[in-house]
Amino acid sequence: MSEEEEVFRIVVDPKDHRDLPRTVITDCPSDLMNKTGSWRTLRPIVDKDKCINCGICWKFCPDVSIHVKEDGAEVDYDFCKGCGICAKECPVDAIEMKKEEDYV
Amino acid sequence: MSEMKIVSGNYASAYGAKLSRAEVVAAYPITPQTEVVEKIASLVAEGEMDAEFIKVESEHSAMAASIAASNAGARAYTATSAHGLALMHELLMWASGARLPIVMTNINRAMGPPWSVWADHHDTLAQKGTGQLQFFCENNQEVLDSVIMAYKICEDEEIMLPAMIVEDAFILSHTKEPVEIYDQELVDDFLPPYDPDYKLDVDQPLGFGSLGMPDWYMDFRYKIFEAMEKVPEKVEEVNKEFEEVFGRDPGGLIEEYKTDGVDVLIVTMGSISSTSKDVIDELREEGHNIGLARLRTFRPFPVEKFRELIKDVNVVGVLDRNYTFGHGGDAAREIKDAIYGYHDPIVKDYIVGLGGRDLTPKILKNIMEDAISLQDKGLDEEIEWVDLKVNQERWRR
Amino acid sequence: MAKIPEKELMRKGTTACPGCGAGHAMRYLLKAVGKDSIINIPACCWAVIPGVYPSRNLEIPLLYTAFETTGASSSGVRAALNAKGVDPREITVVGFAGDGGTADIGLQAFSGCVERGTDTIQVMYDNEAYMNTGIQRSGETPYGAWTTTTPVGSQKEWKKQPKKNMMEIAKAHGIPYAVTVSVGHPELMIEKIKKAKEIPGPKFVHIYAPCPTGWRSDPSNTIELAKLAVDSCVFPLYEIENGEYNIYKKPKEKTPVKEYLKLQGRFRHLPKEEVEKIQKNVDKEWELLLQKEKLMNDEE
Repeated sequence: MSEEEEVFRIVVDPKDHRDLPRTVITDCPSDLMNKTGSWRTLRPIVDKDKCINCGICWKFCPDVSIHVKEDGAEVDYDFCKGCGICAKECPVDAIEMKKEEDYV
Repeated sequence: MSEMKIVSGNYASAYGAKLSRAEVVAAYPITPQTEVVEKIASLVAEGEMDAEFIKVESEHSAMAASIAASNAGARAYTATSAHGLALMHELLMWASGARLPIVMTNINRAMGPPWSVWADHHDTLAQKGTGQLQFFCENNQEVLDSVIMAYKICEDEEIMLPAMIVEDAFILSHTKEPVEIYDQELVDDFLPPYDPDYKLDVDQPLGFGSLGMPDWYMDFRYKIFEAMEKVPEKVEEVNKEFEEVFGRDPGGLIEEYKTDGVDVLIVTMGSISSTSKDVIDELREEGHNIGLARLRTFRPFPVEKFRELIKDVNVVGVLDRNYTFGHGGDAAREIKDAIYGYHDPIVKDYIVGLGGRDLTPKILKNIMEDAISLQDKGLDEEIEWVDLKVNQERWRR
Repeated sequence: MAKIPEKELMRKGTTACPGCGAGHAMRYLLKAVGKDSIINIPACCWAVIPGVYPSRNLEIPLLYTAFETTGASSSGVRAALNAKGVDPREITVVGFAGDGGTADIGLQAFSGCVERGTDTIQVMYDNEAYMNTGIQRSGETPYGAWTTTTPVGSQKEWKKQPKKNMMEIAKAHGIPYAVTVSVGHPELMIEKIKKAKEIPGPKFVHIYAPCPTGWRSDPSNTIELAKLAVDSCVFPLYEIENGEYNIYKKPKEKTPVKEYLKLQGRFRHLPKEEVEKIQKNVDKEWELLLQKEKLMNDEE
């Protein structure tokens, strides 16, 4: 079983009422169902040279979509909604919000 | 050891909850249910009942707490009446949508205004569309039996729906009758601990009750329909098992009292059935071919059973101890609905006993004689209100 | 100050608005209470944020419940756990409701739950209006705010009543512990909620959670607003422990309220006199809080 299949403990992609639990019991991880990256109109771009790995962007992201890696902060563009909090809170101005349409 | 006690319907409810090993009881007092709550509190305080008793601050919270406890895997019990039941309305629907086997006693009491604390079936019947199973009891023994039976029916994985056991205000709730309080071990054999497939569990984090879009909501509702359709068969099955274990028949779907081959069938619900049976006996001695069907399971309505019962009957006289603001009483309506297209007896709806208006054997005999007379004269009125001040003389002579 | 725990108990892919303060609120709350917790969520933004069936967003069990019932639902869960012999310090029962679900429609259940001494953390994530139904005013909407039911208009119908004080209401029940926290100070927030978790009985946590959609603020300003609210003393950070007040973060220099108000479109209509009125009121409330803190310390 792949990692994705393993987590479907109750229903695996329900087709009709026979696949449903007796009531609305939810178990499908939201990150497999809802790729919110498609919401963006602005995208955060990290300048890894300026980044000091302080973790403030990771701390303040409401969507758990920016992570601190060894070489600097990395955005999870599958989920980042482009709110701009990371850019605003970065103490060294390493993050800039750019137009999403320039990157698609 | 089982023992005979002289107890009120309220105490019978409390003993039912105790014998069923209810784990969480959340209830708010309301006349005439108060002794249920008080008795449970005292059983817990004396160490005779091992339950968590939440002294909630309203009936709405009582059902909310019961829903949460049941979702967490505990057997939940509550009790209320009239306005308390009405206050719970939103959550009665939630309990069935959430497929939780919560058992509740409702003391049938009239709705105000005017304020009334006396017997009337309106409060229960106003909630018939909430997905609760509804069982109308005739006496205190049946109250105790029904609580235990209801858990057995409701916790069945094919059912998983909440139930209401209803008893008439004061007539049952406060009147003392001999009741057998069964041996706990006997009940434990009959009713195993509550063990749901899924519950709130930190080792298996699930969501219970999230949003369902139009593409799934209806399918969840269909599952409830499927469960409801299985209930009548399950009631009969569990009823039979109960009889085998405890030696008495709580009534199943419909109690048939001398109904074989009758021309006239009287239908009753609740405590008036007892007095009515005596009157049936009297009329049969006078040579009338009359019998009584006591409607015990109102939800789901035992449609198949009724069709069978009514097959060769000429007149059905329905005693509705309720007026639910529609065209007549609820029982008559459900019966007509069930038999439409199958059989065509005369059906007359008698609105009786609202707000605790007493039904004496004399009044009941007048009603039944009226039903008998319809065989010759045909249906005079679809709905007749019995023993109002304006027509008292006619019904009490 | 402790570092923030790294483990996430809230997954990605929520349907929260960009910059949602309630998103922060849940994320930090879960880091504080940990995985051995059961959360009750009534009708509110967070009833929808985990996604629609079959989506699950949290790594702890979630009981969705009717709007009025958070406190009662929490009582039911705790009673079931007690019946099963679970020690309250082993599994935390959390009620997580918005300002409507705690202070308005949920007030009765909150009151009953706390009065009964239920072992639970009752959390109000406060975005100062009924946001999930479209920004209607609540008892927690501050004086002067625009909402869809106080839409200002030519008759100047902004919210005229003051913000309902839930901390005082909780205190009036004799609650062992009540605390205000802000998503702008996550380390403190997590520290205080961890503290609450270990205290037996009922606890109340008031989270300040700015809402860009309802406050008409830039999504990138959510954390700034959460900090400004504290620095301007609009939302002081304090705890009430067994009736004793402790302001656990005092601003070094009080920021003028207008710095906080000007970042929010919902106050845009306010003339200068009204802003001054608000400043005066904030100053008064702050003085009163300082006095309450002093009173308790003097008695020792």
